[in-house]
Formats: sequence, structure tokens, C-alpha cells
Amino acid sequence: MSPIKEISWQGIWKNNPALVQMLGLCPLLAVTNTLINGLGLGLATLFVLLGSNISVSIVRNWIPNEIRIPVFVMIIASLVTCVQLIMNAYTYQLYQTLGIFIPLIVTNCAIIGRAEAFASKNNPLLSAWDALMMGTGFLMVLAVLGAIREILGNGTLFSGADLLFGEGATHLTMNLFNVEESFLVAILPPGAFIVMGLLIALKNHYDKRIENLVVGQQKSQKIERARVTLESQS
Amino acid sequence: MNFKIASSPHTHVRRKTPAVMLFVAIACLPGIAVQTWYFGIGTLVQICLAILAAVAAEAACLKMRQRSVLPRLKDNSALLTGLLLGISVPPLAQWWVVVIGAIFAIVIAKQIYGGLGQNLFNPAMVGYVVLLVSFPLSMTLWVPPLSLVEYPVTVQDTLMLIFTGYSETGFSLAQLRVDLDGYTMATPLDTVKTALTNQQTYQEILNQKVFSEGTGIAWFEVNLAYLLGGLFLLQQKIINWRIPVAFLLTLTLFSFILHSASPDGSASTILHLFSGATMFAAFFILTDPVSASTTAKGRLIYGALVAVLVFLIRNFGGYPEGIAFAVLLANMAVPLIDYYSQPKTYGK
Repeated sequence: MSPIKEISWQGIWKNNPALVQMLGLCPLLAVTNTLINGLGLGLATLFVLLGSNISVSIVRNWIPNEIRIPVFVMIIASLVTCVQLIMNAYTYQLYQTLGIFIPLIVTNCAIIGRAEAFASKNNPLLSAWDALMMGTGFLMVLAVLGAIREILGNGTLFSGADLLFGEGATHLTMNLFNVEESFLVAILPPGAFIVMGLLIALKNHYDKRIENLVVGQQKSQKIERARVTLESQS
Repeated sequence: MNFKIASSPHTHVRRKTPAVMLFVAIACLPGIAVQTWYFGIGTLVQICLAILAAVAAEAACLKMRQRSVLPRLKDNSALLTGLLLGISVPPLAQWWVVVIGAIFAIVIAKQIYGGLGQNLFNPAMVGYVVLLVSFPLSMTLWVPPLSLVEYPVTVQDTLMLIFTGYSETGFSLAQLRVDLDGYTMATPLDTVKTALTNQQTYQEILNQKVFSEGTGIAWFEVNLAYLLGGLFLLQQKIINWRIPVAFLLTLTLFSFILHSASPDGSASTILHLFSGATMFAAFFILTDPVSASTTAKGRLIYGALVAVLVFLIRNFGGYPEGIAFAVLLANMAVPLIDYYSQPKTYGK
């Protein structure tokens, strides 16, 4: 596999930051009560990750090994501040809904993990691609988790779409079904843990199936016995 | 010296799982009967719904896990989970409430952990807590005893309320809870909690309609009936005496101390023992062989722990009744309790 393909496969599926590495679980579980909240935080994380990976990769040869972690943290923190200010300016309501979890992106282990494990050892181009794939993997889990919890809890999808995409997106909000009492547990933190657990189980299930398929194909290949004794050759 | 040697056979006949589960279900019957007598036919409908949903969910899960369905359904454990959950929900709650609870109890709390014997938490209580957290409104709408309601709830009304949300004459459940004087009536424990936060004294509270002679109307009898069923289980040696005794003694002790210290600001011991789900929990919920502690010392600790938690939640927590939460919290502690309460090996 070429490095680009390998990085994509690792980021989106095999080494997914949320489903496999289980990094950044705190924001993941806390804000994904709707699809839009999940998307908002996922995009913010993606941008920070992209910026941090590129910056770290550029300066990787000048950072003394002993102080690399503080340097990474400072790079990430300044990027998070940028994202926070941008969101404050352009998507103010979403900024308020996500609240403390935007500044907390600094402490998201997925970001510093990529800086340490990948960006500090690879060139900027590969690092950018890695950040994009890892960020997308994280974003997808956030979105799926948010969508499931929103549907179960409120019976809606894309509620508050105008917060992220502007006024024009209000009609995106879908009302799937009406309930007298919402299934609150899906919206509350326990629901996040349960749905997350189910998603991980589902991923492992598919991994196993893929593995079985591959193994099955190998088995169906004809196995020829290697004859080594002279008698059997005749 | 005369060593007596018992004649053969020496093997014991252990009761199999299906029989144990069935015995527990049978021991519930007096309690269910009294509950039906005081709160109407709704209890029975809820139990039927819960059992149906639980058994269907169990069958579906077993099928998906590629296990043999019928032999495992016959162990009656899904039936018992449904039964316990059906007893716990308010009799006139709408049908989907108990169905969601039963499915959650079986699928999430039991089958995902690996089925009977593998579950960390008591499935019925997980179902109950999920319902209580998700649908706080439906789950706290206990109807007052039938003798106290202004509009008598007929069988038809019950069915209409459960399946459509409104009675035949168009009353909602909230309206039916109003008494002759226009006050909404709640369960005894709920009444005590609300009134105490409103600065009333306990003696004043006892004058309210839902009480008679210091205990809640109907709730006292319901608890008595479950106590009876529990004693039957003890006599049949289905359950061990340690958990119920430790639970009830600790609850008595703590509530007695608090009530002696502040007679106006806390409920009496008798109310603690004979209202809410105390007796039902002591004999039917806590004694779940899978999720409770299994060592002799551990059972005493487990029962006492649940009692302390129930006492704390009832007196200082946000909910009027705390048994379900207490049981789940204690379930979490069970592996630790079991680890530290292993009996000494003889000779070591």
C-alpha cells in the first residue's frame, strides 16, 4: 500500500482516533447530543489538528527533544484560540452551545498524539494528509454518534442546522417522528457511553467479518503438498 | 466412638434454574394480587406487556447470537425480568414505557454482557432506571389507591389509558390523580419528600389523605404481601437469608437513628420499611443470584450497602425512592466485595 493510502486507511478505519485509540472521549461524549453539535466540534478539531500537524512537521527539526511536548502544546493552544475566536465571530450560537469544549480541544489527546506520533517524524505533506484523515475519522464518529443520539432522544435530525451553516439551512431540520416524552437517556451522558460502546462493537464485528472473508479466500486456494521424499516423486 | 454413616444416595438434588425462577415468580403472586386490589387491573396489564417484550427481546437476541432459542427461553429468566419490571412501573403508564424498559433490560443489560449469568447489573433494575431517567413524568405518575380517587377507574379506562393515554371519558392520567378536594396525590414517600422540603413537620404530613396510622394506605399491605412471598422463598431455601436480613436491619437501624434525632424532619422507621419497594426489593431484587454478592460475608455487606444507599437517597437525595439506584451502585461494588470476602481455605 502506498503511504497515502495507508494513512487514509489508518485514520478513517483501522486506527480511528475515537473508535480504536479512544482518544478525546470527553468532548466526544459530552457534546454529541445533536448531529450539528457533533459536526461543529468535529470540524473545529479537524482544523486544529490540520494546523498543528503542519506546524509541528515544519519545525520538527529545530525542536529539542527534551521540550517537545510544551512546544506542541503551545502550538495547539494558539491554534485552538484562533478557532475559538473564529467561531465566536461567525457561529456565535454554536460557540455558546459547545461552550467550554472548544477551548478544551487543547487537551484532546488525539491532537497531541498525532503531533508526537506522526508529525514530528514525517514531512509536512504527509503530516497534513494524516491530520486530514485522522480528523475525518474523528469527525465521522462524532457525527454518527450525534445523529443516533438526536434521533433516539428527540426524533429530529439536523436540528439547529442554522447554527453551523447559516440562516439558509433552517429547512434542513428534519422531524422524523413526534414523541410526547423524549427518550432522555439518549441525550444524557449515559446514552453517549452506551451508543459509543455499540458503535465500537459494530466496528469490531465488521473487522471480524472482513478478516473471516480474507481467511476464507486464502483457505479456498489449493494447497499443494510438497513432496520431499524420493519415493513419492516416482 | 460411634461414627454415623448416612446411607446412600449422597448426591443432592439441586433445583434447576427454570424451577428457581418459577418459584420466585410464584412468590411474587401475593404481592401482585394485593397491588392489583389496590391499584387496579393496570398492574396486570403492565406485567403482561413487560413479560411479552422481555421474552420477545430475549428470543431475538438469542437468534442473532446464533444460540439455541427455545431451551434458553425455558430457563424462565427473561420471564422473571419482565415480571419484576412490570411490577415496578406505575400501573397506568402508557404501554411503550414498559416495553422500552423490558427491551433495554434484556438487550443492553443482559444479552450484550453475554446472557444469563454474565450480567454485571440486575437487568430489571437497569430497565427501571433507564425508564426513570428517560421518562420522569410517566414514571412518577403513580395513581393513588382506588379507594381515594374521585373518578373510579374502570377496566376499560385502564386499557384506554395504557394504550392511548386518555380514559374513556377523556381524562388524562394527571387529572385522574386529583382527589375529592382537588389536590394531586402522590405516593407516601413522594408526599413526605415534598412536604418536608416545604417546611412541614412529619406529624403534619401524616394527617394527609394518603396515610393512615403512620403508614401509606395500600403501600403497607403491598409490602406486607411481598414480605410474605419472601418468607416463602426463604422457607423453600431459594434465597439466602443474609441479604434480606442485612438490608432490612441496616435500614431499620439508620432510619431509627435519624428519626430519633429529628422526629419532625424525617420519616419513621415503619414508613421506611413498609412503603415504596422496600420489601419487594429485599426479597426479590437484591437476591438476584447473578448480580448480587455470593460469599457469606459478602452478602451481609452487600445488603447493608444497599440499605445505606437507599437510606441516603430517600432522605438526602433528589428522588423519593432510591432502591433501583442503590442496587445498581451496589452491583458495581460486588466484584470488590466478593474479592475481599472469600472464605478462608481450611487448614491455611
